[in-house]
Amino acid sequence: MSMATEVLNTPLELRISDRLAKNFRRHFKERVIEFILMLAALSAVATTVGIVAILLYESAGFFAHVSIVDFLTDTQWTPLFEDAHYGILPLVMGTLVTSGIALMVAIPLGTIAAIYLSEFASHRVREICKPILELLVGVPTVVFGYFALLFVTPLLQIIFPELPGFNMLGPGIVMGIMIIPYISSMAEDAMRAVPMSMREGSYAMGATRFQTAVRVVAPAATSGIIAAYILGISRAVGETMVVAIAAGQQPTMTINPMEGAATITAYIVQVAMGDLPHGSIGYQSIFAAGLVLAFMTLFFNLLGHLARKKYREAY
Amino acid sequence: MTTQQPAVLKNLDEVRAMIRRHKLNDYIFSIIGLIALMVGLLTLLTLFLDLVIDGYTRFNYEFLTNFPSRRAGSAGLLTAWVGSLLVMTVTFVTAVPLGVAAGVYLEEYAPKNWFTDLIEINVTNLAGVPSIIYGLLALGLFVYILDLGQSILTAGLTLALLILPVVIVSTRESIRAIPVSIREGAYAVGATKWQVVSDHILHYSFGGILTGIIIGMARALGETAPVITIGALTFIAFLPPAPITAEPPFLNFEWLEAGFTVLPIQMFNWLSRPDHAFHVNAAATGAIIIMVTLLMNGTAIWLRYRIRKNIKW
Repeated sequence: MSMATEVLNTPLELRISDRLAKNFRRHFKERVIEFILMLAALSAVATTVGIVAILLYESAGFFAHVSIVDFLTDTQWTPLFEDAHYGILPLVMGTLVTSGIALMVAIPLGTIAAIYLSEFASHRVREICKPILELLVGVPTVVFGYFALLFVTPLLQIIFPELPGFNMLGPGIVMGIMIIPYISSMAEDAMRAVPMSMREGSYAMGATRFQTAVRVVAPAATSGIIAAYILGISRAVGETMVVAIAAGQQPTMTINPMEGAATITAYIVQVAMGDLPHGSIGYQSIFAAGLVLAFMTLFFNLLGHLARKKYREAY
Repeated sequence: MTTQQPAVLKNLDEVRAMIRRHKLNDYIFSIIGLIALMVGLLTLLTLFLDLVIDGYTRFNYEFLTNFPSRRAGSAGLLTAWVGSLLVMTVTFVTAVPLGVAAGVYLEEYAPKNWFTDLIEINVTNLAGVPSIIYGLLALGLFVYILDLGQSILTAGLTLALLILPVVIVSTRESIRAIPVSIREGAYAVGATKWQVVSDHILHYSFGGILTGIIIGMARALGETAPVITIGALTFIAFLPPAPITAEPPFLNFEWLEAGFTVLPIQMFNWLSRPDHAFHVNAAATGAIIIMVTLLMNGTAIWLRYRIRKNIKW
C-alpha cells in the first residue's frame, strides 16, 4: 500500500490531529532553538556585567584600605613597597604621555592616508593598500614591543645619545604606527560617505582635487574623522605590551618622553607576572588600576560613538 | 615697439600660473599621501626583516622540539607552541558556536526592541574594551570565583570572550548580505525558521563567517596581555597530559586543568631578560608568531576578496 492511499484511508479528524501534533512538535523545537540562540547572544551582556562586577568588587576591597582622595591626588604609586603610596596619577600620566606621542604620529599620517585613499588613490592602489593596512592591524602587539625596544629605541639613540634604553618616546612612536590603520580606515569611511554631488559641485567651480578634499570633503566628514581620532585614543590608552616591554615599568611622575615610565596597563602586567596572593592589597590594586583604565576607555568610546552618530545623521 | 598686453590676457597668464600651482599642489599631496601609506607598509617590512635577521640562527628543528632552558642556546619552544595549540582549541570550541549563534539570533530572530538594542550596544562596546581588562575579568572570575585555576581552560575561555565580538560582527555582516528572496523562497515551501537558517542562511554565509573566525583566531594567537594577567607560567619544563590516550575512552581532558605557556608569553619572557642571547630566541619566536598570524590574516583577506568577487545574487 502506497503512502498516499494510506493517508486517504485514515479518517479526516485523525489526519488533522496528526498534522497539528507535528506542528506542535515543530513549533516547540523552534522555540527551544530560539531560546538557545538568545542565550548565546546574552553572553555579550553577561561579559559586560562580569567585567563591571569584578572590577567594582575587587576595587571595593582596595578602597577599603586606601582613601579615594589619596588615590586621586597622591603623586607616588608604590603599592608593593614598605612605604606604600597609592596615587594613580603617575600611571595616568605615563598612559597619557605615551598615548599623546602615539597620536602625534597617528593623527597626521592617518588623516593624510585617509584623504589619499578616499580622494586621490586609483581603484588599483586602494585594492592593494587597504589589505596591507589590515595586515598591520593583525600584527601581535608583543612583536611591536620587540620592535620598539630593540629597533626603534636604538635608532632614536643615534639622534638623542642620552636617551635611556627604556623611554616613552620609542614605544609611543611604535604605538602611533600601530593605530594608523584604525584611524585611516575609519576616517576614509567617513569621507567616502560624503555625497558625490558635493565633490561634483566643487569640481564644477574649478577646484582641484586637493582643494575639494581639504575644503569640501574633510569639513563635511569632520565628525566621522573626529570619531576616528577618538577611537585611536581609546586604542592607545588600552595598549599594553608595547609599553610594558619598552617603556620600563617604573611609575614616574613625568611628562618628559625621554624618560621611562609605567602606564596603567604596564603596571597590571608587572604585578600579574609576579605571583601575588589572592586578596592582598597588591592584587586588589591592579583591579583599581583596571577600573580607572576602563573608565578612561569607556569615556573615549562613548565620545566616539556620539561623534559617529552625528556624522551618520548629517546626510 | 612694445605692445601693451590687454588686461584680459595678462590676467589669463596669472590664471594659468594659478592652475599650474594648484595642479602642482595636487601632485605634491598625492606623493605625500603615498608616503603616509608607505609608513605602515615599510614598518611591517622592517619589523619582519628585523625579526628574521636577529633570530634566523635559531630557525632549526631543535628550537621547536626543546623545552625552555636556562641556557639560551638550547632553549626551545616546545611547551609554548603546544600550549598555544591547546589554548586555541578551547577558544575555537567556545567562541565559534557562541559567536555564530549570537550573530544568527541578532540578525534572524531578535525582535526590534530595547532588549535587542541592549545586546547590540554590548557587542559594540566589548569590541572597544582593552584586552587587558578581559584578563582582569578572567583573573577574578575564572581563576578565583569559578576556581578554574591558571589553566589552559581559563586562558582558552578568556580569549574566546575576547574574540567573540569579532565572530559576532562578521557573522552578522555576512548574513545581512543574503537577499530576502532566499528566505522567502524557503518559507514559501514550508520551511521553519530554523530550517531556513541551518539549510540556507548558514550555508550561504559560511565564507564570511569563516573569514571572521580566522581573523579572531589570529588575534587570539598573538594576544599576550590577558593571558599574562591570568598568570600563565613563563617557565614550564613539562607538557600537559596528552588529549588522546591509547586506552578507552581514548580522550583525556586533564590537559584542560594543566598549567601552560603560549608563544607570545614565551617571547615576552625571553625579551625581558637582560642577556642578549635570549633576545635572539625572542626574535625567532616573534618571526614565527608574525608568520603564522600574517598567513592567517592574509588567508582571511583573500577569502573575503574572493567572496566579494564571486557572489552575485
